[in-house]
Amino acid sequence: MSDVPRIVSSRFETEGSHTMEGYKSSGTYAGYEQIRAALALSPDEVSSLVKDASVLGRGGAGFPAGVKWGFCPPDVWPRYLVVNGDESEPGTYKDRILMERDPHQLIEGCLIAAYAIGAAQVFLYVRGEMAHAQERIAAALNEAYAAGLVGKNILGTDFSVDIVLHWGAGAYIVGEETALIESLEGNRGMPRLKPPFFPAAKGLYMQPTIVNNVETLANLPWLLSHGVEEYRAIGTETSPGTRLIALSGHVNTPGVFEVPQGTTTFRELFEDERYGGGIRDGHELKMFIPGGASAPWFFPEQIDLPLEGRVIGGAGSMLGSGAVVVMDETTDAVRACLRIVRFFARESCGKCTPCREGTTWEEKILQRILDGHGRPNDLELLLDVADNISPGPYPAASHPDAGLEAIPFPPKQTTICPLGPSSVAPITSAIRRFRHEFEAKITHRDLIPVAAAPMGEGD
Amino acid sequence: MSERPRRIEITEPVEITVDGNSVTAQSGELLIDACERAGAYIPRFCYHPRMTPVGMCRMCLVEVDTGRGPALQPSCMLPVTPGMAVDTTGPAVAKAQDGVLEFLLANHPLDCPVCDKGGECPLQDQTVAYGPGESRFVEEKRHHTKPIPISETVFLDRERCILCDRCTRFAKEVAGDPLIHFIDRGSNTEINTFPGEPFSSYFSGNTVQICPVGALTAKPYRFKARPWDLEEVESTCTGCSVGCRITVQSSRNELLRYQGVDSDPVNWSWLCDKGRFGFESTQSDARLGEPMRREGGQLVPVRWSDALNAVASSISAADPNRVAVLGGARLTNESALAWARLAKSVIGTDHTDAQLGDGLPADAVLDLPGASIDEVCAKGGTVLYLGPDPKEELPVLYLRLRHAATNDKVHIVQISPVGTGLSPYAAANLHPRPGESPALVSALLGGEVPADGVAGVSADDIRNAAAMLAGVEELKVVIGRQNLAESADVTMDAIGVIRSACPSATYLPALRRANVRGALEAGLAPGRLPGRATLDAPGDWSERWGSVPSATGLDCEGILTAAAAGRIDVLILLGADPLSDFPDRELAARALDGAGTVVSVDPFVNASAARSADVVLAAAAFGEVDGTTTSCEGRVTVLSRKVTSPGTARADWIIAADLASRLGADDVALDGAEGLWAELVAASPAHAQVSTDSLANPDQADGVLLDLNGDGFVAPERLVLPAQNSYSLRLVVNRALYDHGTLVGHCGSSSGLANEQSVLLSSADAQSLAVAPGDTVTLTAQRSKMSAVVVVSSLVPRGVAVMRHNLVDADNSATADPGRIVTAGEAVCEIRVEAG
Repeated sequence: MSDVPRIVSSRFETEGSHTMEGYKSSGTYAGYEQIRAALALSPDEVSSLVKDASVLGRGGAGFPAGVKWGFCPPDVWPRYLVVNGDESEPGTYKDRILMERDPHQLIEGCLIAAYAIGAAQVFLYVRGEMAHAQERIAAALNEAYAAGLVGKNILGTDFSVDIVLHWGAGAYIVGEETALIESLEGNRGMPRLKPPFFPAAKGLYMQPTIVNNVETLANLPWLLSHGVEEYRAIGTETSPGTRLIALSGHVNTPGVFEVPQGTTTFRELFEDERYGGGIRDGHELKMFIPGGASAPWFFPEQIDLPLEGRVIGGAGSMLGSGAVVVMDETTDAVRACLRIVRFFARESCGKCTPCREGTTWEEKILQRILDGHGRPNDLELLLDVADNISPGPYPAASHPDAGLEAIPFPPKQTTICPLGPSSVAPITSAIRRFRHEFEAKITHRDLIPVAAAPMGEGD
Repeated sequence: MSERPRRIEITEPVEITVDGNSVTAQSGELLIDACERAGAYIPRFCYHPRMTPVGMCRMCLVEVDTGRGPALQPSCMLPVTPGMAVDTTGPAVAKAQDGVLEFLLANHPLDCPVCDKGGECPLQDQTVAYGPGESRFVEEKRHHTKPIPISETVFLDRERCILCDRCTRFAKEVAGDPLIHFIDRGSNTEINTFPGEPFSSYFSGNTVQICPVGALTAKPYRFKARPWDLEEVESTCTGCSVGCRITVQSSRNELLRYQGVDSDPVNWSWLCDKGRFGFESTQSDARLGEPMRREGGQLVPVRWSDALNAVASSISAADPNRVAVLGGARLTNESALAWARLAKSVIGTDHTDAQLGDGLPADAVLDLPGASIDEVCAKGGTVLYLGPDPKEELPVLYLRLRHAATNDKVHIVQISPVGTGLSPYAAANLHPRPGESPALVSALLGGEVPADGVAGVSADDIRNAAAMLAGVEELKVVIGRQNLAESADVTMDAIGVIRSACPSATYLPALRRANVRGALEAGLAPGRLPGRATLDAPGDWSERWGSVPSATGLDCEGILTAAAAGRIDVLILLGADPLSDFPDRELAARALDGAGTVVSVDPFVNASAARSADVVLAAAAFGEVDGTTTSCEGRVTVLSRKVTSPGTARADWIIAADLASRLGADDVALDGAEGLWAELVAASPAHAQVSTDSLANPDQADGVLLDLNGDGFVAPERLVLPAQNSYSLRLVVNRALYDHGTLVGHCGSSSGLANEQSVLLSSADAQSLAVAPGDTVTLTAQRSKMSAVVVVSSLVPRGVAVMRHNLVDADNSATADPGRIVTAGEAVCEIRVEAG
């Protein structure tokens, strides 16, 4: 693996990497020296560094972090930094590893970002179910406070920051930044409407708030240590650096891998021995989800696309949170579709009508089809219900055999946040590509045998 | 429901295009409102103009193009911007509306035939107008237990709920009682209360009115009528003196429902539950349908002529100076005028008082420069609040003040003996010892602040609050009776202090009873004649009426004292119940016993009448008479008759005219009620703007303000208080919204809501007295003693004991009323509290 640059995962396999001692003594840069380096610069210089390096947000939207920081209205104080550690998209588990194995790297990243944007208060929001990550971060924060690296007058300077660890209560929607802010304020986690509630202008307690993903911030210490040039040398012009991919599903060796952005292809990811090690047991690839459960599906034709946000967007899906789910030919497309739709139906916060009622309706129709009670017009109904959540052509991969062009990302929505439209992704993807599987279940009331072999032991 | 056309003053025009037509909107205006004014109504469920938009139901999606191509946007969340082009009817919009309605109906039970909302249901109406013809939803619908009570009066049917957040937003944002909330998520989301915590808000009925489906229903109206069978008329609520505009709805000559009208200067469509469900008293079985006379100790029905002749002969036989008329706040303006003339001209007595010793003297209401509710609540203002707990006494005024403080940056400096419902929203809360508010006000408005504070308030607290008041140009002062165990002279004294320290201040009298201001304006107070004329400056009233009294008469306390001493031969209770309402219950009882003939003019046999009335004249109630009323701010609005009175009960002015003619004056109401009003408008400069014609103008449906430029207020002499004994506490008697008053007592759904009587102590005093909550203590005052159960409250400061007026104890006994130990005429009431 020596040829793969290790920006955020350099301590993943180190014993004791979660302790301050481990953080300082291992990895590809010297731990807690980078905040010292940052403090030697002005906040604006740190911001420019991040902007110049074009560090893209790793939470899903891929927006440049340095640009986002610049959206805070000038002279409105206090500002807050909120760390989104509510990773809960099915298939995504990269932030969890980052928080469990290298909490100090995240804390140092928080300090650098807080210094750059002028925040004296950081809220670290960690998903409720990730008890281990919460404990590791809590222990790391205690160490950092004791060492004078967090708190008042950090490293003897007049820079002071408090970092508060906040445990979520288990709701997917809280991964959406405005819902996260609501939850942090003690309210029910329901998204706010943008506009007017763009967090950078009106966020936590109606103050300017920067919400960054865990992985985004974890990039900062390495960036401070190695510089913009070296960062931009990895990956491509528009997607520099690396990103963590959580690879799951029907590959021989699933796991979290750090890969260069933009240059690595899905084929490499699935087949390379360093990563997936091939489709499991010699099966054939049927489809894969390139960016978490809310991304439209890709198929074997898209396997040579690089992990580059703009390319994937143009091809009809998104890289999202870096969760790649591989499904081989034993997978029942209808059942896979239901499984994902059910997730969104259960996780809908209930705030806006199309999502609340529409996702459940979609789930019920799919369940009915699978139960052998499908009706001839169910597919048109399903697509029209989906259209009432996300009007117009929904992003989809090309389907050369059927002569269908790719429909580029993103989708439109009648909802407040993208959760409702996310439920449409598996439906349009599956029906466009595997309409015959649905029809077989509806017209023949056939239950296609689900041949999906059990996963490897212990999974 | 009567919806007022939305009016908006365009000061910063923004040009937009709505469905191809160019429209001028006001900068900052929401697109949904701008389109509606332009005639393009956009359907909506969650949007309510009096609450923060949330953009949840998605029904108001329209296609908006701001230069980047058309996109579906919720028009309730989008302020207009120059050049915005909006399509409210295009195919994309129609599909979205169709889709949203189909989604809303997917889990809706469609039990319209048995739903109270059917016929006036926004979901029903908009489905017809914008929705799909039939449902494609063949799955099983969501199920919940059918209506569950979430309070004593409100029922919730979660199956019908479309989760628009209106009720929950109202509870949190408008009422400040966040007792209902979303629970669970996805399509299992429901509205509910916290376990074991009912939705016991004084404002819960508003959620029923704003619910866009039949999910919330109120007990008094459930299954009583179908909307298309209702007849309605606009009127004014007379539950208190705020003067909320309502529509009165009836069917088959029975009042069935009140709905709040969005009257911009007053109630913004909100009502309190006491007012909203007050119609039940009109329909009560206990209503009097015929006059009664006491025969052999019992009140028995008699004919009107017998009753009136009996009253007239008692009056004729009495010296006019030994006849007194108490009350009048229940009356319409016109009836008050008729009774004022009957008393002051026909009978010739000046012993009249529309207040029952629990309000403020007429001088404080009529002779001060007035401030309207809108002026008090105007953005960025400063208010010195010296009134009663508005949440308990004037609930909708509380909503306005709360909104002003939380949304409009109004600083409220509240001076009250104990914490009130307004305390959480006031910028400063000062609790002077009872009786000592004038000294505190003096220190606040530029007076000296001794190091050890004033009236028990620390010097720091005074300086902080004084800083808020310093340099305020247009100080608004809310005045009222905060403590019934404290003489009204204390408030008068405080007003005098404010007048000299801050001459530009204007005043809103926060009086309890509905038309107390109208009755005072009609002259039902000692020394007063209609239209703010006085016996000293009677204007042309002696010509108009033939005569006016020569000397100033007694006020309520004086009348009762005289009656107790046997100096009143005829005591007329004009909708008054001194036994329940006068702060000194013992004096009231002795007065009723000592008066010669007691006549009660009332829709019910009230407590005083039951004890002592010789004749009870059955009066018409609210909803049964036309006329006008005057709210505490001086706003005259129209009252409308919707149903007929039971039996032969009749309007108060007709009773006055009948009595007058039996006393030899045939011309008291020759031109009916309207003639009485027209005479006042002609004679009184303050009423000149309020003619019947101007009240009938649809543009003035919210009523017309009287001239508020009173300036004749003369400050009384400063009070001298007794020094407080360190063993004693000072008693505060205040009011609760639900008490054992006559009207509430006859409202089926509200009568059980009154709390039990208790004495509220601070935890420090409870500790030093070694008593715990639930213990019984003895309260000893100068005159007598009583016992009460202790409640420890954080709203109560040290040195004060609080009781509520007109509540009963667990045994339903009125012996628990603090009126037993309060002595009328004393500046403050010192009591000793002892365990046991």
